[in-house]
Amino acid sequence: MSLVARQLEENGIATVIFGSAKDILTYCGAPRFVFTDFPLGNPCGRPYDIESQQLIMSTALSLLETADTPGQSTDIPLRWESKVDWKKNFMYVGAENRESLRAAGESRRKKQAELRERIVKNDG
Amino acid sequence: MSSDNTIPYIERSKKYYEAQGFHKPYAWSHSTETPFTRLKKPLPESKVTIVTTTMPDDSYVDEQRRLAIGDLKNPPEKFFTDGLFWDRDATHTDDRETYFPINELNRRVAAGELGDLAEHYYCVPTIYSHRRTAARDAPKIVQSCLKDKVDVALLVPL
Repeated sequence: MSLVARQLEENGIATVIFGSAKDILTYCGAPRFVFTDFPLGNPCGRPYDIESQQLIMSTALSLLETADTPGQSTDIPLRWESKVDWKKNFMYVGAENRESLRAAGESRRKKQAELRERIVKNDG
Repeated sequence: MSSDNTIPYIERSKKYYEAQGFHKPYAWSHSTETPFTRLKKPLPESKVTIVTTTMPDDSYVDEQRRLAIGDLKNPPEKFFTDGLFWDRDATHTDDRETYFPINELNRRVAAGELGDLAEHYYCVPTIYSHRRTAARDAPKIVQSCLKDKVDVALLVPL
């Protein structure tokens, strides 16, 4: 997404990215972004929570108005309430799921190979 | 976990896919220089669009994922969010506003806080190569935005 933002900025269109993966946004050189420390999937606010959605939008618009250097960002002061430790659980790798991850990878590679074969056939 | 307690996604996804037997890690695009445009008009005079990584409907399965350009004044009630990198255990994507904030934009246009909605929104696939995004999809989005005289783009990766 940063690649799209960068080309828009190069062509005179101001951008702001709404994101929850701060390391990726920083690494990719996002021109402006608002960071919300939520699980990936709801970068514009909590589901059905208009207050959080409005806060994030107001922050993004304010960043558009005030940013004067590339790469500026604002952290949204909201916390994701959850009974489970989502930060630990997301993409967890441990002894207990190593075998199922290996099998999932195997199955994915098989599907990818089938897809490649289909594409070659269609192109031919 | 990094020192500020945010998830280090780059490092974690590398370990996760390694555990699945993928030994060439996904390489995010990286650049040391960042292009930047200041807002040219006040927001109450600016035309705004949305760029999302979701797709307009479920016909866009993996092999058919492609750039889609739709009518921003009449977007689908629900976008297709499967096949993307998001946390299915912790949350859901049933509320469109959490990744495609069209009601909020409409409210702000009606309140005079934003000038107008652009004619089009954009669904951009990001699970392929940087080359494809940079050489094919991004230029089409830029071209369409320039034609529509868009001032501001809100980009929302899921």
